[in-house]
Amino acid sequence: MKNFGFSVKQTRVIDVDTFDDSLLKYVLANESSFMCCMYCGSCTATCSTGNLIDFNVRKINLFLRRGQYDMLANEIDKCMFCGKCTLVCPRDINLRNTIMLIKKGIVEHKNGKK
Amino acid sequence: MQNEGLKNIWAKYQKEIADDHYYYLRSCIRQNFFPGAEYYFLKILREVLGKDVYDDPRHTTCTGIGYHSDIVPFETIQTVVAREFALMTAAGYRNVAVSCVTSFGIYSEILETWREFPKELQKARENLWKATKREFEIPENIAHASDIIYKFRHQIAEKAKYKLVNTNTGKPLQIVEHIGCHYAKMFPVKGIGGAEFPQVLSGMIAAWGGDVVDYPERRHCCGFGFRQYLVQQNRGYSLSNSKKKLESMQPYEPDAIICNCPGCTMFLDRWQYTLYEMEGKRYGQNNESIPVLAYEELAALVLGFEPWNVGLQMHEINTESLLDKMGIAYNPDEKYLDKNKQPIGSFNKTGCLSCC
Repeated sequence: MKNFGFSVKQTRVIDVDTFDDSLLKYVLANESSFMCCMYCGSCTATCSTGNLIDFNVRKINLFLRRGQYDMLANEIDKCMFCGKCTLVCPRDINLRNTIMLIKKGIVEHKNGKK
Repeated sequence: MQNEGLKNIWAKYQKEIADDHYYYLRSCIRQNFFPGAEYYFLKILREVLGKDVYDDPRHTTCTGIGYHSDIVPFETIQTVVAREFALMTAAGYRNVAVSCVTSFGIYSEILETWREFPKELQKARENLWKATKREFEIPENIAHASDIIYKFRHQIAEKAKYKLVNTNTGKPLQIVEHIGCHYAKMFPVKGIGGAEFPQVLSGMIAAWGGDVVDYPERRHCCGFGFRQYLVQQNRGYSLSNSKKKLESMQPYEPDAIICNCPGCTMFLDRWQYTLYEMEGKRYGQNNESIPVLAYEELAALVLGFEPWNVGLQMHEINTESLLDKMGIAYNPDEKYLDKNKQPIGSFNKTGCLSCC
């Protein structure tokens, strides 16, 4: 293919008709409290990892709901499982378990089980 | 809602377009890349519709591309526009017909500035006087050239030799209309149908027998965007906008695209070739590319003018598929010949390499 000195940018629009939501369904089936998230950001504000490096718990939720699993896998590896996010969540979401499920789900997704 | 109510609402989306005596302001891009478009606009107005149009060789670029690229300051462009109006005033005209959508946006923006800030108008008058010793009147009516063709679309339809109908199937041609962003997105009251329901091109298509394709990214920018294009490394932004539109219209299998903006015509035409070279993709029927025409070129075809005189050989994407569907006769051997039958040179690669 010819090189004109510039590239074709890929669209960032999520096609909700075709994206893969199997991991989201898996997480919601096993941790239904996750459904109650209202994106307040308390988890991100109190996150130990987020205080030291670029890490955003709320972003994990967004990547999961958009089916952006590559970016999700990269982000979720930063979590230290301290559990502060679970303590401060005003909706009592068990975020620690949610992140565990996502990690487990990503492995199974890669292996084709999800 | 009652029909009367709808009529009242739609009346608010109309604009006044002068009936005759136009001072014509040309487009930098159009007269270079699609010269037949401007030539046939003048020819149709003068010879088919019997209108008076003054084509002034003294007028210059509006400097809109430089202005939107942060190269030309606002004060400078106001003075340049003031000079165009001074030439119009000296020629005895009060109605302006603007060929370019960028220029149309510039004139609208500057007139609105002068209305809101009279000191800017005073400054433009002073600057013009210092530079050229000229004075000017503000035009009574400013219309884009597509507004004028829209206004007379039914008269053109009455004199039409061809319709936008597929002569093989008898069905209306599926036409994508693309309206330049600066036509009505900046000043909705300046466009027919406003920014929400621009009717300037769809009205022509309907009047000449075609069907308008309503696809998801219909109002998306073509990607010209001035700064997006000027630096080579940034052109991917421009290209990606066109790709988004082409991907969106592809399932509807359009027969052609028509545009009212010189930049949009150029980019939707040229970027199809570029996308094929970079990704090997084409977006039209039968894995071919989609012909892209200016509305004047389409009007000229409908009226029965010879396709190569209209300048269709200047398009990167071959237009023969559209001519065949409309039943227009043409001689392929004369595509790259001038009026004296001498070769004018041809593209090395046309029609997205469909012949290879």
